Amino acid sequence: MRSAAERRARLRAAGLALPLVAFVGVTFVAPLVSMLVRSVYDPVVADVLPETIALLDDWDGVGVPEEAVFEAAARELLVAQEERTIGQVAGRVNRVQGGLRSVMVVSARRLRDASGDAWRETMVEINPAWEEIETWHALRTAGERYTTRHYLAAVDLTRLPDGSVARQAPDRRIYVPLFTRTLAVSFGVTLLCLILGYPLAHLIAHSPPRRGAILLALVLVPFWTSLLVRTTSWIVLLQNQGVINDLLVAAGFIADDARLALIYNMTGTFVAMTHVLLPFMVLPLYSVMRTIPRSHMSAAASLGAGSAQAFWRVYWPQSLPGVGAGSLLVFILAIGYYITPALVGGSTGQLISNMVAYHMQTSLNWGLASALGGIIMVCVTALYILYDRIAGGRIGVT
Amino acid sequence: MQAAGRVGQIGRVAYLGYCAGVLVFLIAPILVILPLSFNAEPYFTFTEGMLRFDPEAWSMRWYREVVTDQAWTNALANSLVIGTSATLLATFLGTLAALGLASPHMPARRLVMGFLISPLVTPVIIAAAGMFFFYTRLGLGQTHLGLILAHAVLGTPFVVITVTATLAGYNRNMTRAAASLGAGPVRTFRSIQLPLIAPGVISGALFAFATSFDEVVVVLFLAGVEQRTIPRQMWAGIRENISPAILAVAAFLIVFALCLLWTVAWLRKRSSGQAGYSP
Repeated sequence: MRSAAERRARLRAAGLALPLVAFVGVTFVAPLVSMLVRSVYDPVVADVLPETIALLDDWDGVGVPEEAVFEAAARELLVAQEERTIGQVAGRVNRVQGGLRSVMVVSARRLRDASGDAWRETMVEINPAWEEIETWHALRTAGERYTTRHYLAAVDLTRLPDGSVARQAPDRRIYVPLFTRTLAVSFGVTLLCLILGYPLAHLIAHSPPRRGAILLALVLVPFWTSLLVRTTSWIVLLQNQGVINDLLVAAGFIADDARLALIYNMTGTFVAMTHVLLPFMVLPLYSVMRTIPRSHMSAAASLGAGSAQAFWRVYWPQSLPGVGAGSLLVFILAIGYYITPALVGGSTGQLISNMVAYHMQTSLNWGLASALGGIIMVCVTALYILYDRIAGGRIGVT
Repeated sequence: MQAAGRVGQIGRVAYLGYCAGVLVFLIAPILVILPLSFNAEPYFTFTEGMLRFDPEAWSMRWYREVVTDQAWTNALANSLVIGTSATLLATFLGTLAALGLASPHMPARRLVMGFLISPLVTPVIIAAAGMFFFYTRLGLGQTHLGLILAHAVLGTPFVVITVTATLAGYNRNMTRAAASLGAGPVRTFRSIQLPLIAPGVISGALFAFATSFDEVVVVLFLAGVEQRTIPRQMWAGIRENISPAILAVAAFLIVFALCLLWTVAWLRKRSSGQAGYSP
């Protein structure tokens, strides 16, 4: 039994949090949910060609469809042409099977001049593709309102006409290699941050307060500096006519016509990402190391441990929560990284997020962009739950 | 013994040298921007004249260009309007929520906290993609309001985190004392709690402002030409027409970051030395 006073206190606490919960729900979570819906729901083709799709549902999928299907398709393509929705439909069908965009668009335009009732003959005459069952399979697949095809495409799978799932042809596998590359880069960047950040965090944590504060400020300056500024810095440093290449040439290490390609490739992505993410490793490490008493190391030494042994058996295990929190934080941030690869990655340094942006802004394949986003979100959420366990709910960055 | 001491000494020097190297890696790229922004030539690198400290090779040219270019001044105005509005909204909602979350009676605290922190953890590109669909459908695409709402929600987790952290050290006896002296909840909040948590609220607000002021991905998806902010303009400067003008802007942003950092450090120091506080 809760007392009335306690119930009131609960209500008051919940009431204070409610406005923000509602705000985050509407401005942030609802957009994410709508994106996830878009990754499995695509009504455009089924809405524009309703009768064709309904008839294709009953089609056996073996022989060329009956005249009734051709008639429905012809009629609905004409309407689509008039209402200017043909482009959207053709684009979607084209994604299921390449090359069908022009078949659909041209057929819709030329059907205007056609008349009579031999629709099959007319359409095949316009384009023989209408006699191939693959065309109709593609139309049926694109007509699914609820579909897994975006997720299949996002992991380089495709549905065959008989309904079974198969891998894409090797030269058309794009996303799995890109996911692998993103994970590899994230892992590499995390490891590099750990190697660079661990000794530094150790030094800061065990310096006298004044010096520690100054060293910490040197880590916080890049942390607070605009991401675009830091990326610009790396362009200035690494580009062909940049500071580092100039120095190397001036010092005689490389010839003027053999300048190193340090940017607009994977090297650029890797270096700039490590620089941007390093403070996220140092700060959690520092906050854990600060709590490790120095006396433990002296105790180990007085018991006869060498400094290496004392470090591995006494210090390292106590610093592990910081290692875990920092590494997961850097890894999570690296997986979703977009700006730096987009600006300094060139064509070989792109990561999966850049593909999301490409499908959002250039190819306009929003279903696929949403599915890729959905996969990234699941990965990040799983890692975050792990992080929350390790860091105990305190975000050690601020 | 002496040999071991020497090995230890070499180890110590190597360790300090290594840490110094890491610090140079962190700081040098930022420092290199500052002198380059005074380049008289349209290059991104040091000219021979600059290295000779020839006064002719140094100039305020790019600073003048930025100050007189309407694209940049509009971008600054947009950044300030959007950043300030988003910060006010985020700080108000975030502080209220933190007060609720800090109460021992808050139901489902962990779940609510996770929900409120989600904008911080989700990759921005995904948030931006979702917002693009959703905000456009609501007619908020290419509007200032849309960007303000988006940036506000990205800033709220910082306010929630910093204010809950400050409240964790707040001594609840102060509230009880105020109540026993006849103050209502609003009065208690205004004259007791708010002054004590103010440093946390201000740090959270600064974090929220810095987030908005540096945000480019959501802007890329949601903003039209009318809503271009400073980072968006820099993005265009890096991708399309590389001009040292962006180095001048970068130098300004570095100074701005230093001010923010200093303010947050000062606030933290202040709040930990306050009365009514039991850390």
